[in-house]
Order: sequence, then C-alpha cells, then structure tokens
Amino acid sequence: MCGIAGLIYKNGSTSIGEDMARMLQSMKHRGPDSTGYALYRPPSDDWVMHVKLADVNAERDFEFEQRIRRNRGEVRRRLEAAGARVLETLDTSPHAMTVTFSFGGEDLKLLADRIEDIRGAEVLSLGHTLEIVKDIGDAATVAGDYGLARFKGTHGIGHVRMATESDVDISGAHPYWAYPFSDVAVVHNGQLTNYHQWRRRLERAGHRFQSECDSEIIAVYLAERMDDGDTLEEAMHRSLEELDGVFTYLAVTGDALGMAKDELAAKPLVLYEGDDVVALASEEIAIRAVLDREIETYDPYESEVMVWSR
Amino acid sequence: MVSVDANGRTARMDARGLVELTDEVPNVSTIEDGRATFDAHDLTTRQINLELRSLVYEQGIRDVTVLNPGARHSLGVGILARCRITFEGSIGYFACGLIDGPEVHITGRVGWSACENMMSGVVVIDGNAGSLTGAAMRGGDLVVKGRVGARTGIDQKGGTIIVCGDAGANTAFMMQRGRQIILGNAGAGLGDSMYDGTLYVAGTVKSLGIDCVPGEWTDADSELIERKFRIYGLGNPPELQKFVCGKKLYNYDTLEPSERRIVL
Repeated sequence: MCGIAGLIYKNGSTSIGEDMARMLQSMKHRGPDSTGYALYRPPSDDWVMHVKLADVNAERDFEFEQRIRRNRGEVRRRLEAAGARVLETLDTSPHAMTVTFSFGGEDLKLLADRIEDIRGAEVLSLGHTLEIVKDIGDAATVAGDYGLARFKGTHGIGHVRMATESDVDISGAHPYWAYPFSDVAVVHNGQLTNYHQWRRRLERAGHRFQSECDSEIIAVYLAERMDDGDTLEEAMHRSLEELDGVFTYLAVTGDALGMAKDELAAKPLVLYEGDDVVALASEEIAIRAVLDREIETYDPYESEVMVWSR
Repeated sequence: MVSVDANGRTARMDARGLVELTDEVPNVSTIEDGRATFDAHDLTTRQINLELRSLVYEQGIRDVTVLNPGARHSLGVGILARCRITFEGSIGYFACGLIDGPEVHITGRVGWSACENMMSGVVVIDGNAGSLTGAAMRGGDLVVKGRVGARTGIDQKGGTIIVCGDAGANTAFMMQRGRQIILGNAGAGLGDSMYDGTLYVAGTVKSLGIDCVPGEWTDADSELIERKFRIYGLGNPPELQKFVCGKKLYNYDTLEPSERRIVL
C-alpha cells in the first residue's frame, strides 16, 4: 500500500524533521516495514553525503564490525583522494554515516562511484541541502534513531513502506536520490509496469541502480530530464506520458516540491495549500498531524502535475 | 453485554451481539433534551465509534453531534438505526460506510470510499470528497457540496448521488442501478461499462466511457431533479444532459470461430 507525505514551508525554516516524523507516524497503518525521509536544510556551499555501509539484512560475519569500522575511514580517505576536504563525519547508526565536505569539482558521479566501490556501501543522498535518512522500522523509530527532531529545514518528503515487490531492507526503502544528480529525491506510491524497459534505457546511459525497486527509476528519470534542460514541472509532465503504471509520486529539488498523479488517479493524495505552507499526504490524517485544525483540502485529479517553489 | 464461549472465555459484545475489542465506551457525551454531543479530539477511532453506537443503540439517543473528528478513518460505519448524526469537521477514509437509516451531516470533507455500500438514509457532505465516493451504494441519498475524486459510485446499485462540484475520471464505472447528478464537469470515461442507471451532468463531459450514451429526457427526469433540488435546497436546477447505458455490451457482437461456422 505505502504512504507518502510532503511538506514545504514557503518562508523560513522550521523543525521539518519533527513535522515529517509526525506525518509519517500517523500513516503507520499504510506501511510499517521501513520509513524514509528526504529533508532539506537551508543551502550551504558544503556538500552532505549520507552513506549506508551495510544493509540491515547483510550477513553479520566475524569481521563485520571491523569491516564497517574500516569502511568508515575508507569513505573519508576516498573522498579526500578525490579532492574533497572532509569537514565532519557523523556515525548516524551502526550501519550508516553522514559526511560533510567541501568539494570544488564537478564530477559527482565519480565521487559517488568511488564511495560505492566500497563493499556494501551505497550513497543514499548527496547534495548541498538534501539529506536522506531511511531505515527499517516505523517513522518514530527511524526519527528517534537518527535524531531527526533536531533537523531544521525548509521542506521534505517521506515515505512509509509496505514491502510488496522487493525485500524489507534499506535499499528497498524510499526516498530515492537521483544518482548522480545533487539534491533531487523522489517518493512513490504505486507500481511502474515499464520499469525494466526504463531501467535498461537508463543503465545504457550510464546510471547505476542500487535496488530492485521500480520507484528508483523515477528519480533518475527526472534528474536526467532536468539535466537536459527541462524544469521540474516539464520533466514531471513528460513522465506522465513516458512512465506506465499506477502511481502518485512526489519529487523534490533544492527549492521546489512537486506532485504527479497517473491518468487513472489510482493512488491517493490529499492536498492542503495554505499561505505559508503546502502539505500533501496519502491521507488527510497525516496533514492533520501537523495542522491540528479544520483545513481546506482536496484530492488532485488524474494526470495532474503541480509544483511549488520556495 | 458479556457472552461466554464454548471454552469458557468471556468476550464483550455490543448491542447487536458483535464482539467488541478491548476498549470501553468512554461515556463522555453531554446529553440535553435527547440530543447528545461529544468531543472526539482525544478519543481513538474505536472509542468514537463505541460512544456513537452506545448512544444510538443502548441509550436510544436519536440526535448525536460529534465534535473534532479530526479526519480519522472509519467513523460512523455500520449504523443501522434511524437517527441524526452530525460530524463537525472532516473524516478520513470509509466514512459512514454500510449505514442503513441514519441522516448524517458532515460539515467538513471526507477521504476515499465515503458511504461505501450505504443501504439507506441521507448523507450530506459540505466539503470535498475523495475517490470511490458512494462505491457499491444500494440506496439512500448522498449529497457532496464540493468536488469528488475519481470513480464516484463505482458499482453503484441504487440510490442517488448528487455532486455539486466537479467529478474525476471513470465516474459511475460499472454502475448497475441508481442515479448520479453532477452539477460540475465530469472527467474522462464517464459511465464506463455501466449496466444501467442514469447520469445527469450539468457541466462538460471530458469523454464518455464505453457503452455510455446520451439518453432521452422524460417528465420523470424533470420530476426527480426538481424534487431532489427542493429537498436539499440547491436552488433552481440547471440544464442537465442525461446519459444512460447503450446496452451494446449486454451481448457479444463478435462470434467465436466455431459459432461463425454455424451461423454463416
């Protein structure tokens, strides 16, 4: 089933981590398997990279902990070898870490590829403002484990997953970062029926896929379109033609949040547009978790694309 | 009520003999002149429904107002008595499904599948409604003052759905009986694969579904529209287009190869 939620504050940053956690926790019944957050902090010149060093289901052999410890150092070493200056590393969980670094180069793909060459490592997000946190468990558990209550930011999206087509693990959890494009992330509720076609097409163009999850192609698809010069809105409109299946998805960039719904309107989305905030969720109850009052909401119709900018 | 099963275990039952889970009736209503009011803000979904059922079935209250329903799911489901229920606010999914008899007024909005399988009674929703509104509805009147999502009245088997705003795609999909009056515009695939029933649309229709065709207007149509508009205070009826089932799908018009040999 899965549940998705998005929140964008048009002026100023707020406790977006706590708000998203409340929204997602209220939709726990839509998917208790894993929870993911893509949160945007105010932009800075530094880069933030979230790295998963092992999946939760990875075999815990004798050398596991030693290897994880070694790989944490390896991430730092490889970043510096690629020309980045590491400013801070944070061990966010037993199997994940966050690195803040300054980097003057252009080639993010090279940077990400070098990190992902480390056994078991996956770059969950990379950008000036984007931070993706995802793990198994419900929204409150993940938010608590990763200390999201302290996160101040401007906008974010999140996802609660009921695993149907791939494993319950971190690589199957949303949101997906649009490797190798900075600051783009997607959450998706539905199924894509031309997934394999698109995956082959994008793989031929040199993109890598970390999971078996169909949602991952939306992120890469959009980012590639935007790299070709489309705006987020144009890319999302085009996706309605080119992606096949039932879907409602939310896409975010450093300064915008968009929603798209397939031509059957098969998956739910409720929308609230206030003066200073826009909130979207699979169910109104999630919006009410952050706006505890009567509000004007409605369901967008089929084939609708909407984008809000900050 | 308490019942004892064959193994000596006890289970609490509600007034209709259905097993209740662990929650107790909260008993938080204020009752004045036979009208009950309670605030649902701090109650769970189950407690709200328990309170509602206790008031209607056990205390015989015929007028209940629920404050702050807070967009929660499955409120007011399965009420099988003549009574008046007002929700001061919005409800989530599955609002007032399976009801038989009540007159319900929802001052906010509802999520998906409101009044699913409604048997009789009246539901008036002041705001917007989600998709699948009035799915498999069998009787009664459902009035949505705002707009509705997709597939309104899918598999509808009776009753009347009135939508004052726009309706989404595949409205009246596989409708079998009953009526829908849409005062706004209808989305693509209106009345797709409908078996029977009548659709009235005041605005534009993006496209008709398979086997949905314009119908001939009769005096009975005018009488129905005027009566419903009068009852729900909707003013003067606008000019409406009527759509019915073309009945082409009732029979196959292509023959199996084996049949073709016999016929031709």
